[in-house]
Amino acid sequence: MTATVSQVPPAHPPKISLKNVHKRFGPKVVLNGIDLEVGRGESLVVIGGSGTGKSVMLKCILGLLQPDSGSIRVDGAETTKLRARDREKLLHKFGMLFQGAALFDSLKVWENVAFGLIQGEHMPRVKAKEIAIAKMGAVGLGPEVGELFPSELSGGMQKRVGLARAIADEPEIIFFDEPTTGLDPIMADVINELIVKCVKDLGATAVTITHDMASARKIADRVAMIYQGRIIWTGHAQDIDHSGNPYVDQFVHGKADGPIKMQVRAL
Amino acid sequence: MGFLAATGRAFLVFLEATGKLGLFTIAALSHCVRPPLYPRQILRQMIDIGYYSLPVVGLTALFTGMVLALQSYSGFSRFQAEGAIATVVALSVTRELGPVLGGLMVAGRIGASMAAEIGTMRVTEQIDALSTLSTNPYKYLVAPRLLAGLTMLPILVLVADIIGVFGGFLVGVYRLNFNPSSYISRTWEFLEPIDVISGLVKAAVFGFVVALMGCYHGYHSRGGAQGVGTATTNAVVSASILILVWNYLITGIFFSTK
Repeated sequence: MTATVSQVPPAHPPKISLKNVHKRFGPKVVLNGIDLEVGRGESLVVIGGSGTGKSVMLKCILGLLQPDSGSIRVDGAETTKLRARDREKLLHKFGMLFQGAALFDSLKVWENVAFGLIQGEHMPRVKAKEIAIAKMGAVGLGPEVGELFPSELSGGMQKRVGLARAIADEPEIIFFDEPTTGLDPIMADVINELIVKCVKDLGATAVTITHDMASARKIADRVAMIYQGRIIWTGHAQDIDHSGNPYVDQFVHGKADGPIKMQVRAL
Repeated sequence: MGFLAATGRAFLVFLEATGKLGLFTIAALSHCVRPPLYPRQILRQMIDIGYYSLPVVGLTALFTGMVLALQSYSGFSRFQAEGAIATVVALSVTRELGPVLGGLMVAGRIGASMAAEIGTMRVTEQIDALSTLSTNPYKYLVAPRLLAGLTMLPILVLVADIIGVFGGFLVGVYRLNFNPSSYISRTWEFLEPIDVISGLVKAAVFGFVVALMGCYHGYHSRGGAQGVGTATTNAVVSASILILVWNYLITGIFFSTK
């Protein structure tokens, strides 16, 4: 395997760093020694096919899944052995936009956006609502949308609400899990631009996982490619078309022929 | 050898499930007593369990009391013991049928809806989203349901007791031509506080069991719509069986020496 990990020595400790992270479910190895660093204020896009471990990697960083071995550091501090209470505190630094938006369908839209403020930070509801409506404005949703329930919204609007919820308590790190999947190309581009704008406004560190190359080009400062549970290439976004890595080339240009063989037949 | 291996495997699966449930219960219970609690969530669950289950539990109790009076009349009249009907209705409803039938009806209504709701939240990543918003899902989802089940079922069963006895009274007076005042005095005559109290203790345990099974199966559901369906079925079946088992155990604890 060609592991050309191009690394510039960072001035600060990296915001997030993963070293040799392994995770398996039963016999299925999903993460097979992930090494990855994300610098402060950087927007990293992790590309890779379905089932290569992208989502599992994010969930391990968040602590939703416990890695089997390896080290995950956030701001230089080890997080894999955290107790529940400290984990909750750490998660204040994070915001996440889930693939299916994962809005709470029993709550109104504004309550969704304000959820972290009300439940996580115990802010009074009136004040949290003001902030929620401001954040919804930032993603192009009017205050009248706030009184609706998530099931009354289109997919693109749900994504925007999810984005507003992720940025509502101004996290230092934001994760985007397949932010454009299931959207039409125009709405996808709207979401991409909102992501770029929100991340820039907050000065946050962003990690996006996607297999949408248009999205990756728009969002990324740096791109990493994951394949079979390992990071096989990282580089600057503008180098993606001449990475010199056949795996990356095949993925970027979306070809069926190449070193990555799809298992069409079930084993 | 194949038989031994299969037995061993089944036993290991059983141990694993028991351990998982045990850990889940301990974690959930610890969040029931540690602040912060979510009063809004607790209230919502209390209304859902206590108030919206009233019609179904009330109807069940009414018809149970009525049929008890009718059945015991046709049985007891064979040895001229019709006078015991009021007592039989009161004792059976408060000690046994109120809590058990109420519990089973609530298992079907509440256990299923909890498993389906939490299960859907699991498969649509809403539970993960809770965690990323610094909210512990045990505290936010599970603890309010357990507390509401534990406190509301005794109240429901108390209402069911009254309705059930009233059902027996209706049949006794209007169908079997008992004197109303003597029926009521017969009802009170042999009814002791322990009869009602044991029923309410059962109700509290059943309420906890129903909520626990709903939450546990929902929380661990996997794999989309089918997983949620399985979780719902498992929640109702396991809650119903546990209700029957606990019913026997609690009855044994309360009345074994008598």
